Amino acid sequence: MSESAYGAGRPGLGGEAVAQQIMRVGLLPLLLFLSVAFMAVFEQKFFGLNNLFNVLRSTSFLAIVAAGQMLVLIVAGFDLSVGAVIALTSTVMAKSMAALGVMFPEQNAIIIPLGVLCGLGCGLFIGLINGLCVAYLRVSPFMVTLGTLSIATGLALLLTQGIPVYGMPDGFVTDFGRALWFGLPTTVYIALVIILLVWFVQTRTRLGRYLYAVGGNLQAAIVSGVPARRNVILAYVLCSMLASTAAVLMTARLGSGQASMGGNSMMLQSIAAAVIAGVSLRGGVGRVELVALGALFLSILTNAMNLLRVDSKMQVVILGIVLVAAAALEELARRRRGHV
Amino acid sequence: MRGVSKAFPGVKALDNVDFELRPGEVHVLFGENGAGKSTLINIIAGTFAQDSGEYRLMGAPVRGLTPHRARVEGVSPVFQEFSLVPEMTVEANLFLGREIARGGVLDRGAMKSRAAKIIADLGFDLEPGRKVADLSRAHQQMTEIAKALMGEVKVLILDEPTASLTEREASRLFELVAELKASGVGIIYVSHRMAEIRQLADRITVLRDGKLVKTVEAEGVGESELVELMTGRKIDLLFPHVDHKPAERLLEVQGLTLEDGGVLGVDFYARAGEITGIAGLVGCGKSELIRAIYGLEAIESGEIIVAGDAYEEPDPAASLDRGLCYFPSDRVAEGLALDRPIRENVSISALALDRFAKLAVIRRLGERKIVREIVDQLALRPPNIERAVGNLSGGNRQKVMLARGLTRETRIFLFDEPTVGIDVGAKVEVYELMRRLVAEGAAIVLVSSELPEVMNLSNRLYVMHRGRMVAELTGDEIEEQTVLASFFREDEAGENAA
Repeated sequence: MSESAYGAGRPGLGGEAVAQQIMRVGLLPLLLFLSVAFMAVFEQKFFGLNNLFNVLRSTSFLAIVAAGQMLVLIVAGFDLSVGAVIALTSTVMAKSMAALGVMFPEQNAIIIPLGVLCGLGCGLFIGLINGLCVAYLRVSPFMVTLGTLSIATGLALLLTQGIPVYGMPDGFVTDFGRALWFGLPTTVYIALVIILLVWFVQTRTRLGRYLYAVGGNLQAAIVSGVPARRNVILAYVLCSMLASTAAVLMTARLGSGQASMGGNSMMLQSIAAAVIAGVSLRGGVGRVELVALGALFLSILTNAMNLLRVDSKMQVVILGIVLVAAAALEELARRRRGHV
Repeated sequence: MRGVSKAFPGVKALDNVDFELRPGEVHVLFGENGAGKSTLINIIAGTFAQDSGEYRLMGAPVRGLTPHRARVEGVSPVFQEFSLVPEMTVEANLFLGREIARGGVLDRGAMKSRAAKIIADLGFDLEPGRKVADLSRAHQQMTEIAKALMGEVKVLILDEPTASLTEREASRLFELVAELKASGVGIIYVSHRMAEIRQLADRITVLRDGKLVKTVEAEGVGESELVELMTGRKIDLLFPHVDHKPAERLLEVQGLTLEDGGVLGVDFYARAGEITGIAGLVGCGKSELIRAIYGLEAIESGEIIVAGDAYEEPDPAASLDRGLCYFPSDRVAEGLALDRPIRENVSISALALDRFAKLAVIRRLGERKIVREIVDQLALRPPNIERAVGNLSGGNRQKVMLARGLTRETRIFLFDEPTVGIDVGAKVEVYELMRRLVAEGAAIVLVSSELPEVMNLSNRLYVMHRGRMVAELTGDEIEEQTVLASFFREDEAGENAA
């Protein structure tokens, strides 16, 4: 009886709902499968252990940043500054580790945690600026994060004059950044833990509910007593902190702090990964497990283009096409549903 | 509440109104659209504050009320605009802002069982796990009501709660209202439906044009008396006598169905020299119908015939060229550029014409002259056409929209809720303009949710329900009983079919 009551007056919705379901969940695994199958036929080198590790590593970096980007997108926001936060974190952390190394020679137990904290502090700082400006001053997220992008990039360049910063303890690089645990890069475990944590927050906690509510219908959230501003700020802070975390891992892997790390490609790819995974640009929708798959797909795509020797400038063009196509698909899916 | 007033730019929404609610009573708010009912309940619910006057809740004066604090104090509103998050489930919406959680981690089992219990208590046919966006309007309404009853309720506000419920669901709601009343809850009930008012009301407060007319005991008040209080005889004064001289069919639609299913297989026609009304509940597809004709909604199948020629794939520019003009109900969102002057707003859709522009260069003098003439015709006040439209009142904004239609040779006027949000004086002028247009041989399609408006102005009246045309009434058939009956007949038919 309830079936008929819900379905009343909407013939043909069943078929569309199925198509919708495929668009939402099925498209991404399908894309993944196709790209892996493509590589199996055209480029066997893809399946070399080293190459697979490379793909997994870049997936992990991207998934962490994209998970943060997703949180901001869910509250109907936007974060252009993630790439710049990565650059700033990388240089600040490397600089401070080098300085601490002079003060406390060979005392890695002091140097590494303090250095990492300095790096994460950058994320906290930029995230707070973004969140406060959006929530309290009601500046458009686009403008605020464009501004902090400029600030963070500029600071990173000022600190380093564009020269890579060395002087981090060797142990940080060899025993952590480049190490394998149980046969897999360390980064992969950390990314998995972060994804699980974000998943738990999204599905099982009050905070997760509130983020969805604020992005889904701001007015309804406020009327229902959800502290909207606090949650918006939190989303931006978490996003920047996650970008910072990715920067710590990337820097440890690379062995030096670089102002060119992250940059535009990270910003573009994090948004692309989220949108491919069905995160709505209008807010209120998005699941981290799909975003991780989106990051995996983009990493495979980039890796495949490298292996097939696609010109790096052409790669940027292709990434842009993927982003535009994903955004267009999202809009189409939304429209197809019509208004009930 | 005592002597409460509230003004919005251009309109005095509430003027020195007294209102009192006792525990355990159902107090009906009664009045026409725009009489101030919504403003009053919004102040009570804390959406905004009154400009002057006193508001006491449980005897204590209230200051700085927010919607959230009102809820904590036990004031639970159920508005027509739902406070639901569409992408979340029913259950998540019920608990929004008061989740059961330990240290931030949700207790999903406890919420699930409580949601199930509440829904069962209410006797609603609701699945807690479904996404609100996927529900019908009736089910969203039930969700909203359930949400309002989640906390401890002392004052319950119901704003036309039965507008989208079936008879059976409505009667369940009435039982519920009776139970709440018995347990000492005060209920403010806004409705237009006489049957409901008679069944539920203890007292009735009638508002008109933002002023308190009277608060009466429901016992021993007749229907006609209420209507008289509500309209205050001005009803015959408000609507001009329209001399319909139906001539050829200027606009005809056959089997029109929209892609999103908002309109299903609709046939209708509009003739020159008459006003064709389309009535129906909110969301029945009446606006979508005329928007589709103008080219604003995606059409799946069906034919549109304008002045004898088939009109395929409508789009607004082509519609204007064919002498069709659409006047949106949401004039701010779809009609006007608020920061731009009246002159530019009026001429925007006619700039393609030679008398306004030559080789894409605008003829400023010609523009100014033509716009001034039209604006004078409409008695726009003040007559300064360089004023920004944002400074105008609702009525004057509507006149700017109308002026836009007059810049071109328009023969078919599609009006979508033309008098929403404008005061009585401006209404009369809008009606007067319609009368003149019809006398000059134009075809007018009038879509309105205000029954008196469509009933009094239309020569022929169509009724739409759930995307379909369910009735066509002419002459003496156009009266409230018949129109309402065709709403409900279809409701029951729909129930049986399902």
